[in-house]
Amino acid sequence: MNYDQKILEPNESVNMTDSATTAMNTESGTPKMTARHVDVFYGDKQAINDVSIDVNMDSVTAFIGPSGCGKSTFLRCMNRMNDTIPIARVTGEIKLEGEDIYASQMDVVQLRARVGMVFQKPNPFPKSIYDNIAYGPRIHGLATGKEELDEIVESSLQRAGLWGEVKDRLDDSGTALSGGQQQRLCIARAIAVDPEVILMDEPCSALDPIATAKIEELIHELRGKYAIVIVTHNMQQAARVSQKTAFFHLGTLVEYGETTDIFTNPREEKTRDYITGRYG
Amino acid sequence: MTGATLLFLIIGLGLIAWFFGRLKAAGMQSGGKHSRSALHSLPNYHGWYVALWAILPAAIFLAVWSFASPALITDAALTSPAAAQLPQDAFARAAILSEARAIASGNQVNAFNPLSQSMVEPYRDAITYYQMIGTVAALLLVFACGVYAWLQIKPDLRARTKIERVTMLVLLLASLIAIVTTVGIFLSLVFESVRFFSMVSPIDFLFGTEWNPKAVAGPRGETGFGAIPLFWGTVFIGAIIAMIVAIPLGLMSAIYLTQYAPAKFRSWMKPILEVLAGVPTVVYGYFAALTVAPALRDFAVSIGISNASSESALAAGVVMGIMIIPFVSSMADDSIAAVPSAMRDGSLAMGATQSETIKKVLIPAALPGVVGGVLLAVSRAIGETMIVVMAAGLAANMTANPFSSVTTVTTQIVQLLTGDQEFDSPKTLAAFALGLVLFIVTLLLNLIALRVVKKYREAYE
Repeated sequence: MNYDQKILEPNESVNMTDSATTAMNTESGTPKMTARHVDVFYGDKQAINDVSIDVNMDSVTAFIGPSGCGKSTFLRCMNRMNDTIPIARVTGEIKLEGEDIYASQMDVVQLRARVGMVFQKPNPFPKSIYDNIAYGPRIHGLATGKEELDEIVESSLQRAGLWGEVKDRLDDSGTALSGGQQQRLCIARAIAVDPEVILMDEPCSALDPIATAKIEELIHELRGKYAIVIVTHNMQQAARVSQKTAFFHLGTLVEYGETTDIFTNPREEKTRDYITGRYG
Repeated sequence: MTGATLLFLIIGLGLIAWFFGRLKAAGMQSGGKHSRSALHSLPNYHGWYVALWAILPAAIFLAVWSFASPALITDAALTSPAAAQLPQDAFARAAILSEARAIASGNQVNAFNPLSQSMVEPYRDAITYYQMIGTVAALLLVFACGVYAWLQIKPDLRARTKIERVTMLVLLLASLIAIVTTVGIFLSLVFESVRFFSMVSPIDFLFGTEWNPKAVAGPRGETGFGAIPLFWGTVFIGAIIAMIVAIPLGLMSAIYLTQYAPAKFRSWMKPILEVLAGVPTVVYGYFAALTVAPALRDFAVSIGISNASSESALAAGVVMGIMIIPFVSSMADDSIAAVPSAMRDGSLAMGATQSETIKKVLIPAALPGVVGGVLLAVSRAIGETMIVVMAAGLAANMTANPFSSVTTVTTQIVQLLTGDQEFDSPKTLAAFALGLVLFIVTLLLNLIALRVVKKYREAYE
């Protein structure tokens, strides 16, 4: 703990990220989501310490770091899923297209429709494949009739690359699919409400390599249509799917930059140590 | 020597046997303080081995003997010269013999029948004789088996394994007692019901619509045992009115407790609900009969229902429903809590509100468990007795008017069996037939409910 604080003063880290993000903004337009000086507490314990980061529309952003470093916690702040944990407290500022998502006039239901989420373990509802996809459009009233809903279901499944596999059995239970198909179903379900940002919390950690490859391919295809943030333990995966990488350690953001830079030429020694497998 | 004294003596001897067994085994323990013992088992186990050998065969013998000896004693008494004067009529004979036996064993002082007095002496002799045989045989068994076991003690005797096996058998017996008793109750119900059905046709009983058991004074096969009004009353109160109250309230309370309640509130609310489930049903009975029923009657009269009874199906059903709420709530609570939180997070992350998540994801996912819980609740409600006895009334009406009085299977069983009754009249036996029907129905409901709940649990594991 002391060691970490010594080499990484909070101010230092902020200055670094601010300069880094400003540099990137000039390259890729205005950021979709911005976070400034975010702290997260679980009761008395601080899980996130002064994190500032920008997420861009046209790139996939990967959060990497050892277990317990706060990357999932930070991800869950971005669509306020931490609200479901009574003892969690978030300070600082997170904006979606300039709107503060923690402001009192922000409707959390609207927010989550705009910032979708895919979880670590596939969690389809115990309903039919069709109803799983139609769930979001129905609660948000996105379709006016049966045909429109059918269209949304088909296009969502097509975008998730699942349509060909399930089009003849839309009435089967979503839980009857294989693990990889279930995860793509969950991605299709998130797409169906037409979000702007998709947050993925270790979406492949429960899947085999083939299913993982399919999800990664899907992430490639979805890039540009949605701002994607992916949390992963797997550094090769981060290198494969992302354009931007953020390295978290013990609740602080150590380094954030172009994925190629992070993996080939990291500025921070800690990042280098983690990427080369010296600890983590 | 009485049976109890003998038993204590045997146990005392067993303790002595334990001591000797342990002593012998301890003597075989060789080597220094920390070297591995030459014995297979610890000396204690050897002690128990000898003690059990000394006690168990003798105890089993005593149990068998206490069943067999009365017949032997009677036989012996009948060979005495006094027995020649006994009447030939089997019934009178048995009465005299049982009286004589009671005097001989000291349970009765004076004989009512002089013939009994003459039989007392032969009985007393026979009892003394057989008691002596029993005592001597039991003590011999204690010594023989104890010495046998003591001689068996060798370093490689697997005393521990054998003791473990005896322990296992004792536990098995303990677990069988509840099951065997239930089977016994069921069989007694079946036998008495068969006697009943030899007097009243099962068709008349199960499908007859007139219940008036007092009318059976006439010839055989007379009606008045049509149980349909009772079945209807039971279903009306237990499965319809009580569930209309208990299901929505129980479910809503479970939803509040699992989804909305702050952890602190939940931590004291849930135990309170569970305590409510333990309130004696007779207390609910008071409440139904003295508070709810009069209030409902007054209400019914005030809205113009003139024939409202002071004992109503509604009063009993509503109070029974209230009694069942904690039960339904706790089952529903468990089912909802068993739905993985990933399901809830998935729905919330789609932008669903909390109530949408509950309605569209949690309840459907928890439904099988909730249904199982409701079935268990129904089975409890139809077997419930005190509330209906106190509040539902005795009139066997076939009516769907909740303000009128109806009667249930359990109420009628109580009515048929309380007071002085002959135990071979169809009126009394009808109680067993009703009990049998109730037993079978609740058993089936429980089976279905447990299967539903189990299947649902598997789905999430």
